[in-house]
Amino acid sequence: MITRRSFLQSSAAAAAFAASAGSARAETPGVTDTEIKIGQTMPYSGPASAYGVIGRTEAAYFKMINEQGGINGRKINLISLDDGYSPPKTVEQVRRLVEQEQVAFLFQTLGTPPNLAIRQYLNDNKVPQLFVATGASVFADPEHFPWTMGYNPNYQTEARIYGKHILATKPDAKIGVLYQNDGFGKDYLIGLKDALGADHASMIIKEVSYETSEPTVDSQIVTLQGSGADVFLIAATPKFAAQAIRKAFDLGWNAVRYVTIVSVSIATVLKPAGLEKSKGLITAYYGKDSADARWKDDAGMKEWAAFCAKYLTPTDFIDSNALYAYGAGGTMIQVLKQCGNDLSRDNIMKQAASLKDLELPLLLPGMRINTSPTNYSPIRQMQLASFDGESWQLFGELLKG
Amino acid sequence: MSGSSGSQRFAATLAVLACALAFPFLASGYHLYQGAQVLILAIALLGLNLLTGFNGQISLGHGAFFAIGGYGAAILTAKFGVPYWAAIPIASLVCFGAGFLFGFPALRFGGLYLALATFALAVATPQILSYKGFDAWTGGSQGVLLAKPHAPFGLLNADQWIYLVCLLCAAALYWAARNLATGRIGRALIAIRDQPIAAETMGVNAALYKTTCFGVSALYAGVAGGLSAIAVGFVSPESFGLSLSLSFLVGIVVGGLASLGGVLFGALFIEFVPNLADQLSVNFGESAKALPGAIYGLLLILLMAAMPTGVAGALRAVARVFGRGFASRRQSGIEGGGAASASREM
Repeated sequence: MITRRSFLQSSAAAAAFAASAGSARAETPGVTDTEIKIGQTMPYSGPASAYGVIGRTEAAYFKMINEQGGINGRKINLISLDDGYSPPKTVEQVRRLVEQEQVAFLFQTLGTPPNLAIRQYLNDNKVPQLFVATGASVFADPEHFPWTMGYNPNYQTEARIYGKHILATKPDAKIGVLYQNDGFGKDYLIGLKDALGADHASMIIKEVSYETSEPTVDSQIVTLQGSGADVFLIAATPKFAAQAIRKAFDLGWNAVRYVTIVSVSIATVLKPAGLEKSKGLITAYYGKDSADARWKDDAGMKEWAAFCAKYLTPTDFIDSNALYAYGAGGTMIQVLKQCGNDLSRDNIMKQAASLKDLELPLLLPGMRINTSPTNYSPIRQMQLASFDGESWQLFGELLKG
Repeated sequence: MSGSSGSQRFAATLAVLACALAFPFLASGYHLYQGAQVLILAIALLGLNLLTGFNGQISLGHGAFFAIGGYGAAILTAKFGVPYWAAIPIASLVCFGAGFLFGFPALRFGGLYLALATFALAVATPQILSYKGFDAWTGGSQGVLLAKPHAPFGLLNADQWIYLVCLLCAAALYWAARNLATGRIGRALIAIRDQPIAAETMGVNAALYKTTCFGVSALYAGVAGGLSAIAVGFVSPESFGLSLSLSFLVGIVVGGLASLGGVLFGALFIEFVPNLADQLSVNFGESAKALPGAIYGLLLILLMAAMPTGVAGALRAVARVFGRGFASRRQSGIEGGGAASASREM
C-alpha cells in the first residue's frame, strides 16, 4: 500500500515536474500558481501582546502587496496565529502551520523563547524560519541551523558598536555596566567585551546585574558610581533604564552614558527619567523615528504615513514596532521577488541568504541590508545618536558592529 | 442503581481508553502533539482536583510544581544524560517533596489565604527560574533544549511514542487517583474539606492528610511538567507563567470540581478554547487581533452559566434526568411522562 501510494505520488510529482518544465514549485507546500502561503506565530494575547502590532502590520503590508497584484501573479496569504508567548503553544501552532496548513515557510515568528522552541523542528524538516523577530544573537548561526535566519541588529552587534566608539573616543575609559540578568542583558556584556578585545578587557571595572522582579536599581547605580567608572553602559529595559538615568544624574555622577536601543523612547523612558537629566545619553539607531520632526519630509516616511492612513490606525504610525514590521515585510517581498518562479524551500532560503544592498524606506539613509550563506544577520549597521534634551541627534558615520 | 451507574462508568472508561489507543494510528503528528498536550494537562488537573476538589485546599500555584517537574526532567536529561523514563519519576518525586513541605505552611492558611500564598508561588516561579545563580543548570532566560525520545526498536515515530507514554502515565495516574479518592483516604479528604472539626473528632489526622495530599497533588503536577518538557523539547521561564497556574484552576472548575473524569473536559477546554478564540477573533477583521483574550473570557462565562457545576456536573444531571425518566416510565407507564418527573427531580 505504502509503496503504491509513494509510487503514485512520485509519478504525480514527475508529471508535474515535466509539465512545469523544470520548475520545482509543485514540490513546495503552500505554493500554487496564484498563492504563496506563509505562516507566523505572534503573541496576540498574554504578557507580550504589545508586540501583536507587528503581526497586524505585516498582514496589512501583504494586503497592500496583494492589491497591487502580488508577486509574479501570486497573492501572499499570511496565516498569523496567537501563541500567547508560551513556547509549548508556539510548537503546537507551528506544527499546525507546517503540517495542516502546509505553509511554504515561516516569517517573523516573535520572541526568543518561542523561536528557540521551534528551531530544531523547523531545521529537521527543512522549513525556512525567516527573519525571526528577536535580537538574540543565537539565531544567526548558519553553520548549525541553516534554515533559521535573524533580522534585527542583534544586541551583541549594538554593544560592539558602543565598544568601538569607547575605544575611539576614550581609550583610557573605566567602564561600568548595568545589565538585566537574562539573555538580552548578557548579550550586551558579550558584545562589549568582544569589541574591547582581550587587551582592553580590563577597561570594564564593574558589572552589576538586576532582576526584573526588583523594584528599583538605585543600589546598583550607587555601587557602579562607587567603583570610579567614567563610562556607564545601561543594558536595561525601559522602566529600569529610566531609573538608572535619573539616579546617575541625581548622584552627580558625570559618566558618559550609553543606553540600549530598547530604551530610547522619549515618551516611556526619557520623560519619566527627566529630559534634562537625559541630556548627553548616547545610543545607536538603525531606523527612522516617526515622532521625530526631522523625517517629516522624508520620502520613506511619507510612504509610511500613506500606508498607515490606508491600512492601519493613527496610533500605529508612531509605534516603533509597526515601523519595524513594515521593514521586515519589505525584506520578505524582496526575497520572494528574487525567487522568481522557483519557490522551492531551498531556493527561498538561498535567496534570503543572498540579499544585496537592499535599502528600505524606514531605515536610516545609506543603510543597506546584506546577507550571505555565512552571514545570517541582515541588519548590521547602526548610527550613533545623542540626546540633546529634546530629541535624538544622529552623529558620525554608519557603523558596522 | 449504583451498580448500573458503576457499569456505565466502566463502559465509558473503556470507550475513552479504546479511542485514546486507536488515536495514534489514525491522527497526524500535529494532532498527536495536541493529544499529548491534553493528556499532560489532564494529569496536572487530576492532581489539582485531588487537592482542591476533594480536600478543599485552593492552589493558584500548581504551575510552580509543573515547572519543577519540567525543569527537573529537562536538566536531568540534557545536563546529566539521565534517560527520560528515569528523569520523569525522579523529577516528580522532587515535586512530591516540595509539595509536602509546602503543605506545612499551608496548614496555617485556610481558603482564600492559601489561594494568595500559592498565588505568590506562581508569580515567583518565572523569576526564580531565570535567577542567575541557577544559570548553569536552568540556562537562565534561554531555557533548556532537550532531544526528542525515540520509540524502542523504531516501531513508532516520535510523536506516536510520546503520545503513548503520556497516555500510559495518564491512565495509571487516573487509576491511582480513583483508588485514592473512592476509598478510606478519599472519605477522610472530603471529611476534612466539609467538616474539619468533625473529621478530627473521628480520629482523622488532618495535618498528615492535608500535607500528604499537597505532596501527591504536586507529584501529579510534576509528572505532567516532566512529560511536557519531553513533548515540547524545550523549557523556559515563559513556559511556566502565571497564566498556566490560573488555567489549571479554570480547568478543574470547567471540568467539574471533585470529578476525576471531568479533568478530561477541563484539559480539552484549556487546550482548544484559546485556539478557538483566536480563530473567532479573525471574524472581527485584521485589526481585532487583540481580541482572543476577550473572546476566551466570554466563552468561559457562557460555559459556566450553562454548566455551573462543570461539564462533569452537567453530564451527571443529564444522566440523572434520563435515569429517572426511564425509572418513572417503568413505574407509571407511558402517560406518566419522563419530562414531568424529571423536572420535579430537578
